[in-house]
Amino acid sequence: MLNRIRRFPSIFYLLLALLFIYLPVFVLVMFSFQDGLLPVFPFNGPSLQWYEKMLANERLVESLYNSVLVAVLSSLVTTIAGFLAAYGLARHRHRFATGIQFLLMAPLMVSYLIIGIGLLITLNIFGISKSLLAVGLGHVVINLPLCFAIVYSQFGDHLKNIDCAARDLGASDLSTITLVIAPIMKPALLASFCLSATLSWDEFIIAFLLSRFDVTLPVIIFEMLRAGLTPEVNAAGTMVFAISMALVAVSAVVMLFNTRKTG
Amino acid sequence: MKDPILELDNITRKFGRFTAVDKVSLNMDPGEFLVLLGPSGSGKTTILSMIGGFTMPTTGVIRIHGEDMTAVPPAGRPTATVFQDYALFPHMRVIENVAFGLKMRKFGKRERHGKARESLELVGLGDFSDRRVDQLSGGQRQRVALARAIAVEPAVLLLDEPLGALDLKIRQQMQQELVRLQKRLGATFVHVTHDQEEAMSIADNIALVNSGKIEDYGPPERVYLRPATLFAARFMGENNTFEGLVTAMDDSGISVHSEIGECTLPRCVSTHSTARTGEKVHLSLRPEQVRLGDGNQRNLMDLGQARVEEVIFQGTHRLCRVVCRGEKEVRILLRLHPDEKVQVGDTIPIHAKRDDAVLLVR
Amino acid sequence: MTASVMRAKREWTKWAVQPAVVFTLVFFCLPLLIMVAVSFWQRVYGKLQATWSTANYAQFFGTDYLLDSLQNSLEVTLITTVASVLLAYPLACILAYRIPPKWQKILLILVVLPFWTAYVVRSYSWLLVISEKGIINVVLLSLGIIEEPLELAYRRGATILGFVHFFTMLMTLTIYANLVQIKSSYRKAAADLGANRFQVFIHVTLPLSIPGVAVGAFITFVIAIGDYITPQILGGGTDLLVPQAIMLQVSRAANFPMAAVMSLTLTVVVIVVYLMVHKHLKMDRI
Repeated sequence: MLNRIRRFPSIFYLLLALLFIYLPVFVLVMFSFQDGLLPVFPFNGPSLQWYEKMLANERLVESLYNSVLVAVLSSLVTTIAGFLAAYGLARHRHRFATGIQFLLMAPLMVSYLIIGIGLLITLNIFGISKSLLAVGLGHVVINLPLCFAIVYSQFGDHLKNIDCAARDLGASDLSTITLVIAPIMKPALLASFCLSATLSWDEFIIAFLLSRFDVTLPVIIFEMLRAGLTPEVNAAGTMVFAISMALVAVSAVVMLFNTRKTG
Repeated sequence: MKDPILELDNITRKFGRFTAVDKVSLNMDPGEFLVLLGPSGSGKTTILSMIGGFTMPTTGVIRIHGEDMTAVPPAGRPTATVFQDYALFPHMRVIENVAFGLKMRKFGKRERHGKARESLELVGLGDFSDRRVDQLSGGQRQRVALARAIAVEPAVLLLDEPLGALDLKIRQQMQQELVRLQKRLGATFVHVTHDQEEAMSIADNIALVNSGKIEDYGPPERVYLRPATLFAARFMGENNTFEGLVTAMDDSGISVHSEIGECTLPRCVSTHSTARTGEKVHLSLRPEQVRLGDGNQRNLMDLGQARVEEVIFQGTHRLCRVVCRGEKEVRILLRLHPDEKVQVGDTIPIHAKRDDAVLLVR
Repeated sequence: MTASVMRAKREWTKWAVQPAVVFTLVFFCLPLLIMVAVSFWQRVYGKLQATWSTANYAQFFGTDYLLDSLQNSLEVTLITTVASVLLAYPLACILAYRIPPKWQKILLILVVLPFWTAYVVRSYSWLLVISEKGIINVVLLSLGIIEEPLELAYRRGATILGFVHFFTMLMTLTIYANLVQIKSSYRKAAADLGANRFQVFIHVTLPLSIPGVAVGAFITFVIAIGDYITPQILGGGTDLLVPQAIMLQVSRAANFPMAAVMSLTLTVVVIVVYLMVHKHLKMDRI
């Protein structure tokens, strides 16, 4: 009983925090089902009219397609490059190991905005036009440090011994990676792919700066916002939110519940 | 004489300025069980890792079956390693772990699983093929790692402190199993450990490693009873070592003026040493070689009267710390039979056999 | 196969690190270097001219409203960081010490999940809460607490609110990750030696949790000071922050040299902060 009383303020604070964290999300989702012109009280509905309108919006659907494309491809490149870098660095004694590690992590220190402006100025100087490809490259830049860090952190001494064991038993470089290291790394690879896909899916400023006609979903939503608050933005936002939640939930569950099994 | 299966020819390994292994040479006969014994950081694991191909020697040559293997990667060597943490593949079942080396050697599935089962039978895990690695106990993992290594029929099997993580009981059991397995397979084992009791109970030969050098090499009994160096004398079990000075040498023996008095050792004792008159040396005497009673006979050395300072009953014997008063106080460790009842404060006469004392020049 | 062939064949993984390195050099380092160069260039009749002039820097540090944006940014970021730590620390403590272990991971995921999701949408959704007809005003009006709707949105407070919401989640994660790594035996030992709960916290838990706070605060600082969306959507067009000023230079004036100057200034600020706190940053802990 005493315990419960002691715990009460904690529970209260926790609930308050959850309210703070989820209040805007709740309002967003609720008013996406609004039966009316404005996403404000009073709530009428539920109605799916704004979802219908959203799906009829060709520019929005196209941007959805672009977003998925950029997220999937950039994350694929990021995860593979990050894994290879982490493996190469963990496996071999490198003279410049510390320097390489610093270089690969450096983009984390620089705001997306500045990375975007840098790429924009570079494109401009070389007379290259903005494109979805540029957006994808930008997303690889910002996500590579995270993927590298996630995979690299898994390379403990134990995994190095496992790598040695595979080679010792006659495995080539390729079989060591494909039959032993990558399967063991599967949770980390999946997590870094999902995380990178989420961040790319959500990313606004680089997509905004580097794309011209082929814009991504966050850019479209931002443009819609300029026109004022409408439940259509809520519908699009709810969709973005739901997909990111799913991606993050997958990586969070994989990361947190994967108790590393030792051999 | 048989051709050596493994030859280390003057190998050195440096890490930056630090010399981990310093000009080590070693030959192994087929079917030998060699233990690399030494304190942590002595370089024994680096030697093993160079034999396995995971570390390149900075200089020197490694030959297996007479072939130069110095630059051959692990995959190309007829060696297999049992790692300290076993390094089992966590995503594979036991049988797949054991069959992995055969798969890499392009054996068909049926054949490699057959051979893998045989290996598992050998280590007593015939029924465990379909288990996942995380369902095994430490001892079982150790056996799987062993089975995986012997499945590829290596010319030399390398074991890197494989028993270090096990409980004492299982460790002792595994030591005997290792020896039995090795004799049965007729295989050549190189085993690294820091545990001198383990080394003595399993080795055909012990190579005692310290600071990157081999201090002593030979059968356990020889290394224990007739250590070659001061380090060897002190590292292998408990020992008494006394400082001394060589005063005279002739055909009948070597006279040493030591902390425990004047003594003359038979010449043969120091055949492997190169003592010279006037040289500072050490004498070593095992605690069990120090006995109660006066040493007036010709082949004994009298160590005089000693006061008992501490007695520890250890079941099979009594360990006593005594102090002798000669020129200065000398502490001596004795191992007495439980029947020999001594008490703290007693003054007892002690002696030792002349032949038991070892003269240590280094 | 001869030894040398085997050796050469073995080594290709040595190059596995190269793709990432080359990519980072070309698409991260090179653009930054170009940006440094461009910051010294001049715009003449709308075209860039390669010169080495510090005029852009002089203009930036000599123009009040540009310099104000830097001050605004620093203030907002600082307030955000402090407020987020104050909110997140108790939350992380509750998660780590008051919640039964089997619920901890679930609740942690629940608390930090929205951090990673829907960046533009999150700011927008706060607008639905604090706008003139937003939920707060509706509730307060209907309860009769206020008579006129409060002007909560489109001001600095709204930007800070959006940031604090965002970074409380992040900070909870980093602090929690740190707290659960502190062995409970330390707290038990302190208690055993006669410390009361408050003393245990002050002398054991708090000092050992500094790395988690430092990492969270640093990431907060880096992201918040470079964020354009939150101030743009929630804060509105007055009281500009540096990212907004940069975007104005880019989109309105196409003044790349000035955008470069401001971007580099932000980067320098971040580096200075990094050098100040890097001793406490142990990224591997998180």
